[in-house]
Amino acid sequence: MKRTLMYERHVAAGGRMVDYSGWELPVQYDGAGIKTEHLNVRSKAGLFDVSHMGEIVVEGKDAEKWLSSLLTNDLTVMHDFQVQYNIMCNEKGGVVDDLLVYRYNAEKFLLVVNASNTDKDWEWFNKHLPAGGVTIGNISMKTSEAALQGPSAEAILKKIADFDPSALKFFTFADGVTVGGIPAIVSRTGYTGEDGFEIYAAWEKGAELWDALMEAGEEFGIMPAGLGARDSLRFEAGLPLFGHEFTDDLGPLEAGYGFFVKVDKAGGFTGQPVLKRQKEEGLARKVIGFRLEDKGVPRAGMEVANDAGEVVGWVTSGGYCPSLDTNMANICVKTPAPAVGESLNIIIRDKPRKGVVVKAPFYDRRYKK
Amino acid sequence: MAKVLQDLKYTKDHEWIKVDGNVGTVGITDYAQSAMGDVVYVELPEEGQEVKAGEDFVVVESVKGANDVFSPVSGTVKEINEELDGAPELLNEDAYSHWLVKLEVSDRSELDSLLDAAAYTKLVEELEAEGH
Repeated sequence: MKRTLMYERHVAAGGRMVDYSGWELPVQYDGAGIKTEHLNVRSKAGLFDVSHMGEIVVEGKDAEKWLSSLLTNDLTVMHDFQVQYNIMCNEKGGVVDDLLVYRYNAEKFLLVVNASNTDKDWEWFNKHLPAGGVTIGNISMKTSEAALQGPSAEAILKKIADFDPSALKFFTFADGVTVGGIPAIVSRTGYTGEDGFEIYAAWEKGAELWDALMEAGEEFGIMPAGLGARDSLRFEAGLPLFGHEFTDDLGPLEAGYGFFVKVDKAGGFTGQPVLKRQKEEGLARKVIGFRLEDKGVPRAGMEVANDAGEVVGWVTSGGYCPSLDTNMANICVKTPAPAVGESLNIIIRDKPRKGVVVKAPFYDRRYKK
Repeated sequence: MAKVLQDLKYTKDHEWIKVDGNVGTVGITDYAQSAMGDVVYVELPEEGQEVKAGEDFVVVESVKGANDVFSPVSGTVKEINEELDGAPELLNEDAYSHWLVKLEVSDRSELDSLLDAAAYTKLVEELEAEGH
């Protein structure tokens, strides 16, 4: 199993280490736990080791055009040093991966992809690479990454950055800056629904970066946060996770992320014909929000049934939401989907458990825009 | 290290049982609650349900996931701890004072195959040394 350079820090902090896509990472820390870590990110700040994420550099005179042919969003609206959320689809309109695109200029981009998909994405890019005009580089194992998230993130970063993080707007980034004296790329992005930053540094600087951020955050009550809180925070805030809301079969319109899909984009993109048809003709199924009112905890993969007992879908993500103190689910159901307020059942260990359809996201995101 | 009480019997799956006459009181160990993390719901069996040794008969849901609890011995469910219904987090506070189920034990000889406190302490020490 692979270890990040922050591994020793996790063990020292009581991290319960698990295998996540071949990486040994903390799911939670003893003495805190998912709920405490989650709530601390919402109220103060949390630090996540996300060094497992994949980073791919795309360069060349055709870089923008080529990326556009693979991604669902409109890259032509991007400014230099802007970040854009994107989805990469397969020919059937399912998802290869979702990713962040960092634009340096029209001829240089940095892509940040899911750890579980880095190898698959790398193959996908190579398969679609033109004979000339674009070069790609996989710097995943050369890059450490920390996510500093929460309302105190800006104040913490300000103490140790050589630039003013308050000047960094939502979904923009700075390169050539330092954090704790370490050369870094810093973006105002995250996966929690709170304000925050993602900080990239050279692989060998991982532990140093972790220490600098933890030390700066101490007076603000920063806590390390594990994969468990990362998942509960993103789920509550309505952010999708590959393998759950997106799969190679379940596409971005079905999952409810049509905002990031420009079906009429000039030049087209992989999966476009299928997605365009879905948009014009309507979806056969869609992902909606659900709150369980009976006792029990919905989990991914459980079946969803109507009151007549007919199975109408499944749970894509589910669980206890610490900020809401309720058990929630994203459910993929066949259309016409029931409206907000209508009841459905999740089959938990062979028993139907009742709940209602609710609006997503469950938690109001608090980005600084 | 996780707490282990002297006067209980244990399973390798981190359940404890205390037997008084024919009644066995069953719970999860301190190690188990710590590994599961924040408990948010406990699904208990029906009173009168018959269970076999090693059968999953309780589910402890934590924020992290669902955890099966296996019966240490065979028997009939006599009583369930309804206190956990409104306050599942009690298991995190003290897993030994908050039992799950009381069983009418059907075969006391099954108790002989369970671990005593010394053997269970050794198991927990090994797991913790491995970083679990």
